[in-house]
Amino acid sequence: MKQRYVYLLAALLAAIGLSAFFYKWQVLGFPLTEDRETPVWTIESAVSFDSGPGTIKVQLQVPTLTPGFRMLNENSVSRGYSFSLNYGSGGREAQWAIRRADGEQTIYYRISVYEDDSVDQWDITPPFPPLPVINEPMKTAVDVLVDDVYDHSADTASFTTELLRRMNDPSPDPNVELLLSGVDSGAGFLEIMTTMLAAARIPARIVRGFHLAGRQRSAQLVPWLEVHDGDQWLYFNPVTGEQALPKRFLVWWRGNESLVNVEGGSNVAVEFAIRENHVDALAIAEKQAAKRGSIALDLSLYSLPIQTQAVYSVLLMIPIGALVMVFMRTFIGIDAFGTFMPVLIALAFRETKLFWGVILFTMLVALGLMIRFMLDRLRLLLVPRLSAVLIVVVALMLFISLMSHRLGLETGLSVALFPMVIIAMTIERMSVVWEERGAAVALREGLGSLFVAIVAYIFMGMAWLEHLIFTFPEMLLIILAIVVLAGRYTGYRLTELRRFKELSAD
Amino acid sequence: MFGVAKKLRRNGVLGLNERNTDFILRLNPRRLFPRVDDKTITKKLALDAGMAVPDLYGVIAHHAKVRKFADIVSERESFVIKPAQGSGGAGILVVTGRSKYKRDSFRLANGMLISENEIRHHISNIVGGQYSLSGNRDKALIEYCVRFDPTFSEVSYQGVPDIRVVVYRGYPAMAMVRLPTRASDGKANLHLGAVGAGVDISSGKTLTGVLYDTVVSEHPDTGALVAGLKIPRWDFILESAARGYDVTGLGYLGVDMVIDRDRGPLILEMNARPGLNIQIANGTGIASRIARIEEIYDATATPEERAAIARREFPADSPRAN
Repeated sequence: MKQRYVYLLAALLAAIGLSAFFYKWQVLGFPLTEDRETPVWTIESAVSFDSGPGTIKVQLQVPTLTPGFRMLNENSVSRGYSFSLNYGSGGREAQWAIRRADGEQTIYYRISVYEDDSVDQWDITPPFPPLPVINEPMKTAVDVLVDDVYDHSADTASFTTELLRRMNDPSPDPNVELLLSGVDSGAGFLEIMTTMLAAARIPARIVRGFHLAGRQRSAQLVPWLEVHDGDQWLYFNPVTGEQALPKRFLVWWRGNESLVNVEGGSNVAVEFAIRENHVDALAIAEKQAAKRGSIALDLSLYSLPIQTQAVYSVLLMIPIGALVMVFMRTFIGIDAFGTFMPVLIALAFRETKLFWGVILFTMLVALGLMIRFMLDRLRLLLVPRLSAVLIVVVALMLFISLMSHRLGLETGLSVALFPMVIIAMTIERMSVVWEERGAAVALREGLGSLFVAIVAYIFMGMAWLEHLIFTFPEMLLIILAIVVLAGRYTGYRLTELRRFKELSAD
Repeated sequence: MFGVAKKLRRNGVLGLNERNTDFILRLNPRRLFPRVDDKTITKKLALDAGMAVPDLYGVIAHHAKVRKFADIVSERESFVIKPAQGSGGAGILVVTGRSKYKRDSFRLANGMLISENEIRHHISNIVGGQYSLSGNRDKALIEYCVRFDPTFSEVSYQGVPDIRVVVYRGYPAMAMVRLPTRASDGKANLHLGAVGAGVDISSGKTLTGVLYDTVVSEHPDTGALVAGLKIPRWDFILESAARGYDVTGLGYLGVDMVIDRDRGPLILEMNARPGLNIQIANGTGIASRIARIEEIYDATATPEERAAIARREFPADSPRAN
């Protein structure tokens, strides 16, 4: 009965811990490893124009739906202009306005994005486009071509591919030649394409965006074709007819609206610059959590002052040490002094480093034991004797620090970090065990303590583990679940297999 | 590795983890622990139940009372000083006599002389809690020093051999005799180097012994064979052990008894966390016997009936080949 409660509790704890962990990891994107950096692209658009005499109003198309990318932030730099973001027919528009301005003006709009595969294309299903009004002789050419391609295709995607193939044919048929006679740019080509797709009652639009790759001082907008097949938008390479959105392609805006529209200005030019830098994945995750108003951020240790963070990054490793202790005791069966003495020693090892830690610890305990045995002859009462041992331990620490400083061994100074009360208790326990159970048992338990401390130190010193626990403190619940389960472990300890070997006969 | 564990499991060997979780935590409620952890309480309970225990000469509970020591033992030649909450035999002083010339000089079981002042210091340490399980203040008991029965004189080196019976829910499950050695300094504690010899519950005869974790057939100091000794008044010992359950309420209990030359079996102490070496001494696991007791458990059975059932149920396995 009780066993079931234990399993239930452990399962509950693990479930809560794991789900919080997965939410933060998968949804909010908290990084599993410390040094993970995510590339972040900052695209800066500079709209420059000569101001006219009256009021100036500038409209710039800015990214709305960006499949494969998530926006980190956006801002505008424009001296004296009011700035607002509105939804226009083609998506979001940045709008600047000023009563009057003098001379050449430059307005900046900056957006930072990072890759996130979970961002899907989310868009409305468009209505069927009206039949375009086309003048002869173009109309006949379009009709013939559309009818012919329609016969040679099965669905929207294959229709588009086939149409693109014919339009891009190096030796085009006369109809295509006629249609393309006035086209001199990629955008113009796509306009013809959308018209022809509209003639086939297929919703289509031009997409313009950037290939994000490294640093580009003046990036060119690349046009792309977007076709709706009734369920979703499909992307087509207008030149090859390949159906895909290129890797790392940031969609800037869609539709036939012009990129920029300046009222009251002339000589309008738009320049794009792209910068790639790497930002700590953690910072992005936090921004993300903040944007969602997630409680995860409020509960994040990263919101604490740096100094407190440093304390907790150490404190949070103590449960790991305790877990090591549980394994050593319950599953392996190693004897050690005190329940958590090895964990505290391991904590001190963090500062002294292992080699010096072991040497200093051994030295301290050995010297302390010697003096403890001398004190034994004085027949002191318990509490005064313990206090005497404590004072001796402090004095020994001081002595070791001074000696090592004189010898130029600065590591010896770190002996002061050992938990002196714990060491004093250890010395006392050890001397009692030494007397009652003999030197062998005392030394075995002493070495056992040291061994457990070393193993705990190794685990507590794992940087990735520290990061994991610090970033995902809900891991504590998982550790708790393991410890609770271990508390009901009724199997043999590893050392018992040897102890009872006489009984393992068949 | 798992093969060994499997064999142990099949042979019904109880491990520490299982003992702690399934028996001690389940059957021994914490609130009952003082009944066995404090020897003054144990003694009182046992006396109330009409069981035989060594006479209590006096209890010293305060540092201020340490000087009363001489008064308490003024009429006694031999006595034992032990901490009321000691464990594992720590802090026990066995005084077997006094110096012929100086009344305030005492002879210990190992032959050494000790002054009254040294004994007082020892009592102070006990009262201060040096030997108590929790490290808290403790009481020092001064009681009758058992003069042990000659049954085990051949297989003991000084000290008093004692009999440990592990009682499961009132039914004696397993027993052993603990024989002091030179290494154990006359103490009957296995971890100090005493020899443990399994006892056949049905006949009360000793089986082979165990020293630390290995099987021995001879006593390491006297060289006498450990096996085949018939323990006197075995019925009474089993009944007393079974009665220990009624007195303490502990479902997993170790009852330690000694056989006095004149007064017969006496209950020395009881233990809420009896060790597992008794299995090695008996050459068999205790878990299978516990399972059998669970099958035949009868809440209404008297201690005498339970002792009789144990005698019937647990004959020694076929003698071990060695």
